[in-house]
Amino acid sequence: MFEKALTGSKGYYIWVLFLLAVIGFGATNYLRQYFYGLGITGMSKDVSWGLYIGQLTFLVGVAASAVMLVLPFYLHDHKVFGKITILGEFVAIPAVIMCVLFVTADLGRPDRVMNVLRYPTPNSMLMWDVVVLSGYLVLNLFIGWTVLGCEKRGVAPPIWAKVLIYISIPWAFSIHTVTAYLYAGLPGRGFWMTAIMAPRFLGSAFASGPALVILLCYLLRRVANFDAGREAIQSLAKIVTYAMVASVFFIICELFTVYYSQVPEHKNHFNYIFTGLHGHSSFVPVMWTSAILALIATTLLIIPSTRKSDSVLPIVCVMVFASLWIDKGLILIVVGFIPSPLEKIMEYAPTLPEAAISIGIWAIGALILTLLYKVAVAVRKQQEYYNVTEAAH
Amino acid sequence: MYNSGKVIIGIIIFLAVFALPIWYNRGAAVVPPKLELPKDEKQCVEATAYMKASHMEMLDTWRNSVVRDGARVYVSTTGKTYNMSLQNTCLACHKTKEKFCDRCHNYLDVAPDCWDCHIAPEVKLTGRTK
Amino acid sequence: MDSTRRDFLKIAGLTALGLGAKPAADAFAAAGGPRMTQNPQALKAKRWAMVINLKKFKESGKEALQRCVDACHKAHNVPDFGNPKDNIRWIWPVELAEALPTEENQYLHKFHEGALRDFPVLVLCNHCEKPPCVRVCPTKATFQRQDGLVLMDYHRCIGCRYCMAACPFGARSLNWRDPRPFIKELNREYPTRVRGVVEKCNFCAERLAVGKPPACVEACKNGEMAFGDLEDANSDVRKLLRDNFAIRRKPQLGTQPQVYYIV
Repeated sequence: MFEKALTGSKGYYIWVLFLLAVIGFGATNYLRQYFYGLGITGMSKDVSWGLYIGQLTFLVGVAASAVMLVLPFYLHDHKVFGKITILGEFVAIPAVIMCVLFVTADLGRPDRVMNVLRYPTPNSMLMWDVVVLSGYLVLNLFIGWTVLGCEKRGVAPPIWAKVLIYISIPWAFSIHTVTAYLYAGLPGRGFWMTAIMAPRFLGSAFASGPALVILLCYLLRRVANFDAGREAIQSLAKIVTYAMVASVFFIICELFTVYYSQVPEHKNHFNYIFTGLHGHSSFVPVMWTSAILALIATTLLIIPSTRKSDSVLPIVCVMVFASLWIDKGLILIVVGFIPSPLEKIMEYAPTLPEAAISIGIWAIGALILTLLYKVAVAVRKQQEYYNVTEAAH
Repeated sequence: MYNSGKVIIGIIIFLAVFALPIWYNRGAAVVPPKLELPKDEKQCVEATAYMKASHMEMLDTWRNSVVRDGARVYVSTTGKTYNMSLQNTCLACHKTKEKFCDRCHNYLDVAPDCWDCHIAPEVKLTGRTK
Repeated sequence: MDSTRRDFLKIAGLTALGLGAKPAADAFAAAGGPRMTQNPQALKAKRWAMVINLKKFKESGKEALQRCVDACHKAHNVPDFGNPKDNIRWIWPVELAEALPTEENQYLHKFHEGALRDFPVLVLCNHCEKPPCVRVCPTKATFQRQDGLVLMDYHRCIGCRYCMAACPFGARSLNWRDPRPFIKELNREYPTRVRGVVEKCNFCAERLAVGKPPACVEACKNGEMAFGDLEDANSDVRKLLRDNFAIRRKPQLGTQPQVYYIV
């Protein structure tokens, strides 16, 4: 099946070569980091996690959101997703791989990463994160490849694949729950210590992931002549709408608790992002960008005429994705450290090598996604061709 | 076999490249390194044969005992006691690591990272990497 | 403990082979070795704790604070990068409001006005009884010893910095880059660290093992700091805590810090 990824149009080759170039650029920067140390990033004694862990958090959400296609199709027999469920599963695979790469890029001693397996420590949420993420990767690899292979041969997927699919549904929820638990259980970090961290994570994941799939569907229509179907896209748009509303609601809950209780350890972080704290305000414009994008996108999603418009929906999806990327990929992690446990403010901004490494990892994800989608679309088209010729006879 | 000529030539080229280190070193005498032993001390913490074969395992055990269990004194097979410290005990006798540790490690092409943290005598601290 | 015992036996067995004919049992019987044990002079306790007397530090002046910091950082080869981004600290002075942010209110004004408010406070790892850093470490590179010391195994740390996120006291630092060129004066009896691992105060485990008090405590000339066994009624720390009002940093988090501040 994989041979289908090796042939393509000129545009396809140029795109793949472009991604390889970006990956190479990221890799050279990673080498610099490897030999200099993490000091090459913007992280510091006070802000000890930054862009990398932010990307991990965001991408676990994207990976988990595949369940928003799998669950309606396999549990509710929502047939319009039949054509695109595989696209969801194939988003999950590069997303998890990127998660692994971001964690590795964030390690001070990547050469010792196997210590996590050599000295397994069940009381560490990080160990569970490794367990659920690698499990999820294996599940989606098996499921995606098997289902597509069966489709190619025109047979129904085997029972064991069905069983794996049912397992993957709660598993998807678990990966993002465990990721939320990484942060929500730390006694000294008021910004993170909230019981709705996991629900909030799932809410924003189920908005950003399907928004990405919608955008990819529009893209495939243009570059690969593959039509996901209007109904499928509109179904996804409804999922994004509900998830966005839920996300905004969770944020309001968060803001109420923090500002009505007035507990400084929680409030200071929110003051820092919304108004600035002690004269430090570099995150204020970033936060408001995310908030305004989220509010506009949610409004446009709720109004049926804009949600149903093929010209507005892609823009809304870009806004959803951008807003949640800022919120989760940048603010959520970094602001947990500002102010520090000693109420000091050390601001953070990613450095150029740090950004280059991150873009390189995103390019690896994009490359894997491209290859997988190439195979999926080719198989789909072949099927359609057979169906058409069979009908003609 | 299809293309048997090409395949066989390919295999031969592969084997030739794969065996390159052997061709390259053919005929060269392999001289085992001469290690400089301490002049004022005859006996290491354990028998020489054991130290030669298993010093790395012993150091590993020492390390875990000192760092994790807080037991820092080693009572040897002969009943002598030693402070378990690479930096302060081993290197107190083996004064120049270049003429002892490094010679053998280089010969065997192993690169233990002890010296990234532990300070060898007479080594200027200029940082291992830039 | 079990793994160590297994390792003794391994050494015993291999040593016996190395010696030739002598069976392992003989070697054991003859000399009682090989085994690993504590130094007889080692200071032992059921629960180590530290007392920092803010009043006395105020009397002694800021040089006293610096003496403690220097003694520690020199003893442990703690580098000085000279910038807040890379900096590594085991023990350092901060403002009172930074050390005790939750105490920053009218209460503090009333009780500490003038006397202590403007004088810096030394902070260090609290060697918590329920350390969140140990709870989150994915490799057991940071662990708690029987006597309460929270220690680092620098050989095992992968540099994930989860412990830094978990510590409510900002007591941990990563080696963001190679520390060696930034160590001013080298203590050749103690190792340095390597870039990429997290480090922090170890309550001078290496000094306790040879019967010495922590370096910072030793550097105090007028008893500004004390160290001892919290479970020993006659220890210095117990006496001080009996006769003085002492507070701890962020006790509401339930980590049970073991550094007490006399105010």
